[in-house]
Amino acid sequence: MAKEFVKQAVRSDGSREIAAERQFSIKSFFMQWEWMLVAILLIINIINTCLSPNYANFNNIMNAMRDFLDKAIIVFPMAFVILLGEIDISVASIMALSSVLMGMAYQAGVPMPLAIGIALLVGTACGFINGIILVKFPELSSMIVTLSTQIIYRGIASILLETKSVGGFPSWFSQFGWGKVGTIPIILIFVIIEAAFFAYVLHYTKFGRRTYAMGNSVTVSRFSGIKTDHVKLIIFTVLGLFSGIAAVFLASKMGSVRPDVAKGYELDIIAMVVLGGVASSGGKGNILGTALAVLVIGFLRYGLGLVNVTSQVIMIIVGALLIIAVAIPNFRESIGKANWYIKLTSLVKQTNER
Amino acid sequence: MEKVKKLVLSNIREISLILVIIILSIFVQYRSGGKFITVENISDLMTETAILAILSAGMMVVIITAGIDLSIGSVMALAGMVGTTVLKYNKSMPSVVIILIAMVIGTICGLINGTLVAKLKILPIIATLGMMNVFRGITYLISNGKWVMQADMTPQFMGIATGKLFGINNLVVMAMIIYGIAYIFMNYTRTGRKIYAVGNSEESARVSGIKTDKTIRLAYTIMGLVAGFAGILYVCKFAVAQGETAVGYEMNVIAACVLGGVSVSGGTGRVPGVLLGALLLGILNNAMPLIKISSFWQEAIRGLIILLSIIANSLIQRNVQAKALRRRNI
Repeated sequence: MAKEFVKQAVRSDGSREIAAERQFSIKSFFMQWEWMLVAILLIINIINTCLSPNYANFNNIMNAMRDFLDKAIIVFPMAFVILLGEIDISVASIMALSSVLMGMAYQAGVPMPLAIGIALLVGTACGFINGIILVKFPELSSMIVTLSTQIIYRGIASILLETKSVGGFPSWFSQFGWGKVGTIPIILIFVIIEAAFFAYVLHYTKFGRRTYAMGNSVTVSRFSGIKTDHVKLIIFTVLGLFSGIAAVFLASKMGSVRPDVAKGYELDIIAMVVLGGVASSGGKGNILGTALAVLVIGFLRYGLGLVNVTSQVIMIIVGALLIIAVAIPNFRESIGKANWYIKLTSLVKQTNER
Repeated sequence: MEKVKKLVLSNIREISLILVIIILSIFVQYRSGGKFITVENISDLMTETAILAILSAGMMVVIITAGIDLSIGSVMALAGMVGTTVLKYNKSMPSVVIILIAMVIGTICGLINGTLVAKLKILPIIATLGMMNVFRGITYLISNGKWVMQADMTPQFMGIATGKLFGINNLVVMAMIIYGIAYIFMNYTRTGRKIYAVGNSEESARVSGIKTDKTIRLAYTIMGLVAGFAGILYVCKFAVAQGETAVGYEMNVIAACVLGGVSVSGGTGRVPGVLLGALLLGILNNAMPLIKISSFWQEAIRGLIILLSIIANSLIQRNVQAKALRRRNI
């Protein structure tokens, strides 16, 4: 009886919810969003295996992963941004700008390692610009700022390269996208290390705890002594840097760069983060869920492609998945608040008491 | 004198927009060697801007509720595609019915967006980003990747966009009517004022007895209706409906609203300002080719102008707030 009372109090007071969650119970352990993702992933893979006999093959799966891992590079820093309660839709444009500048630098005779450095630098600079605008003007929404920088970055890329493309990179450069260590693609190794790094930062460092705190309330965080501007600026800059890294991998995979490269990537990336259980209002989510969501969307796309589902239908499915992923937790909550549900539960309780 | 000062201060946004438009027009007129302010070019400009202006009026309603609708480009494509596909197989159907069909499709799309945002409490950007894909995908499915061409449309239907009423293009007339309605709706009806109230503070609006869910859902439904209407006009004007219709158009519309002084955090923004914002954007689009700015530069310049205008906007806002604080201290 007393336990139930605690649960009731917890529901009306958000801050105590965490304390309740810490109490381990098997039911709450299996009610986590990550298990849902694991289940979806298993279902997708089982269906894929049934539909095409060659699917369940180690090499095929490794090749399939190469298709979406360039997005996965951006997903983890993007999770930090969304944890803050912000959003960045300029990532695809940052990729375009940094890969275009890398290509042009190489064409102008800059050695390739230096050109890669330029791509990373450009990405970092773009992210820093986003961050500094948001820090200096906290009243502006990150969506509208990155919406305009998205247009600007891709605009600059198309000023520089117009409709041309740059290619002919040295042969070792294609190793980033296509190379393997043993049987495992280099890009997969990179993403695993990256995920581990971000998981460590988010879950085991002060910086990670600060990120969560800021996602819950920036004002409260500032008054409790967190340098909120620093945290925000660092997160946006790191996102820029990783967009630059993703641009290098993408350029290596495609062998050439164009200003319209990576168009529409931001939707997939945001969808992966949100599907991974990161609350779009900030302050909730983890890296494991995000990593699982990357696999879910990636294999979903790959599997649908295998059975000749057109890209338009895949578009609908990814869009719907994004909405359903966000809607399910909200739906449970809104049903809990709905009048008919409260009446029904109280009716059930009354009949039980009798 | 006091009255004049008050009038200027309360309309500072509109007055500064008019000044910017005048200065820009003089500059472009000078640089293009007199090609800008001619009857022909002005009427071209108005016709080009009409659809953008119509959409901006709808977007304003959504942004005032502190939301955003990224799906309007897709809604336009879907409504235009459905309308013209019906026309293709029923050539005898009157144009009014086609427009109505498109508006119904738009309204349904808007209602879906509104339900997702208001009832299921999904963040507007996420909900409309997802629906943007869904609507665009459905457009491709309906058209099967094919275009509805000029030959599939009737001259009567295409006459909507090219016809004139009292020497003014129909699209411009429609935009003017819609702005008239929007002005009355936002300023003199209860629902309009409720939308402002919800945008200012959803919590206080709810406490004071406004059904915030319904108001927000209504805002998105209005946006859908407007997008459906604009979609069929867009298709009619370019005489082709395809899957790629109006891709990325939402950015222009949001830009027009932001230029017109609609704050993305909700609650502020006025109809005349949005009209001027759309007009300013239309002038920019029209003027850049005239003064021979390469098309590759246009995107970046447009983005830069949006960014600078929102930054300028927030600087003005800070100034106003600081002044208000100082006045209170004395």
